[in-house]
Amino acid sequence: MTKDECRKLVIDIISDIAPDEDLTTVKPEVRLRDQLQLDSMDFLDIVMELRKRHGIEVPEADYTQLASLDSCADYLTPKFQTKA
Amino acid sequence: MKDSHYDAAIIGAGMSGLAAGIRLAHFGKKVCIFERHNAPGGLNSFYSLAGRKYDVGLHAMTNYVPPGVKGTPLGKLLRQLRIDREEFALCPQKRSRVAFRDCDLKFTNDFAVLDAEVTTRFPAQADGWRMLVQLVRTYDDVSLDAKPASAREVVARHLTDPLLTDMLFCPVMYYGSAQERDMEFGQFVIMFKALYLEGFARPLDGVRVIIRVLLEKFRQAGGERRMKCGVAGIIEEQGRAAVLKLDDGTEITADHVISSVGYPETLRLCSPGHEAEAEANTGALSFVETISVYRQPPATWGWREDTIIFFNDSELFDYSRAQELVDPRSGVICFPNNFEYAGGQLPEGLFRVTCLANYAKWAALPEPGYQAEKARWLGEMQRSARRFLPPVTDAVLAENLVTTDMFTPRTIRKFTGHLNGAIYGAPRKVRDGRTHLSNLYLCGTDQGFLGIIGAMLSGISMANYHILQKSGT
Repeated sequence: MTKDECRKLVIDIISDIAPDEDLTTVKPEVRLRDQLQLDSMDFLDIVMELRKRHGIEVPEADYTQLASLDSCADYLTPKFQTKA
Repeated sequence: MKDSHYDAAIIGAGMSGLAAGIRLAHFGKKVCIFERHNAPGGLNSFYSLAGRKYDVGLHAMTNYVPPGVKGTPLGKLLRQLRIDREEFALCPQKRSRVAFRDCDLKFTNDFAVLDAEVTTRFPAQADGWRMLVQLVRTYDDVSLDAKPASAREVVARHLTDPLLTDMLFCPVMYYGSAQERDMEFGQFVIMFKALYLEGFARPLDGVRVIIRVLLEKFRQAGGERRMKCGVAGIIEEQGRAAVLKLDDGTEITADHVISSVGYPETLRLCSPGHEAEAEANTGALSFVETISVYRQPPATWGWREDTIIFFNDSELFDYSRAQELVDPRSGVICFPNNFEYAGGQLPEGLFRVTCLANYAKWAALPEPGYQAEKARWLGEMQRSARRFLPPVTDAVLAENLVTTDMFTPRTIRKFTGHLNGAIYGAPRKVRDGRTHLSNLYLCGTDQGFLGIIGAMLSGISMANYHILQKSGT
């Protein structure tokens, strides 16, 4: 799993959770909340979909690591690698 | 018995129970919904009579916003349940109206219409009105731990004209208040947004469209559903709901139990019982609704512009338990034909009238008297409502009439189990859904998010808050 693949996977999840958002122009370094209309319910769903689809656990204390696509990739990629 | 244990058991297959079930099943919980009735939908359901399908409960879905408007309850609900907006096939209302003796306030799904009506008819109230709207817009109405406040008191800080105040309260109360004469401010805000800032819509085929979508999502997610099999009792052990006794005599167990049947109704299922707490928070407001089916659409008689009319002709709007069987002084008219169906149209004309009623008086009637009173009040209610509509003679309507039907507080009690036929449930809501048992939570009417969108969001919120957020690895 590369960081790019990891970003794509997070985008896939967001597009299922929030199909009404345009994800084509999302800037990876900018906080997701600042460019998309995502609330705490949506972030909970990102965490839950990560667990459901990929068996990746994100403890509540680490939710802030999911702020942007880049921070998601930094945080999640090692988790995917450990799993594989 | 291995197969009778669930991660979560849900009592009631209404909007809130189904929504909670979808969330839990989607995230891999083993979940079962137990419903006593043979039809899903709870307080918002439908039935067939002589080959005709009737909606019960729902006049219009509130909280309607056009596609593209984000951050409102409808959008949150669609996302959380992974529902495509198209699936609900919502058609917006034409226009609605609050009709009091000498004053009309029109409103549509465009808030500017109501805003202009208020500032034109009540110019002296314009500043207060703007401040009230601002307060409503910024109020956190979905907070699960907000302190209750009287809506009458908060509104009175901004509006001083009793007529305007009553006119604004009338629809808000009729569409959701379980409390007489006043309501909790958070509840007022939810309804103000749902009715005035957002709006009304309906699928052409009525509430069954929405119920079908929910059932299908629940099934696809792997949820289990047992119809005609209610929960007859909740057995408490060490502060937990340990065992659920079902109507068929069997028993099941669950890590979590979500009850959508109401606060006092849930307490009464529990053994040991909690009679005093149940008694102290049982609703008193019930309703009658008449429905008349005509060959022609209501537009035939000039009833074409109004979707919903909230009427009142008493000096002070009195939202309280009816003293007689029915209080026809105020009520709600709904014309299901008058939505923007974009090509489609209902096959017959429908005219619905809803008024406040008295459960105890209806419940005490012997059967022949019950039928006679139904017939009598059907006429009385329609006469009262027609004062607020363009005139048409009795003879013309009678010639066109195909059939009528009516529900009373007795019907509500029978089909929903709500004590006192109280559609909007207990006067004091339990926002965090917690009960005296650590794994038993409330959702739906008595959790306090109102309307059908509110009901679904309630199920979602309670499933998220009590179960999904807490379940770790």
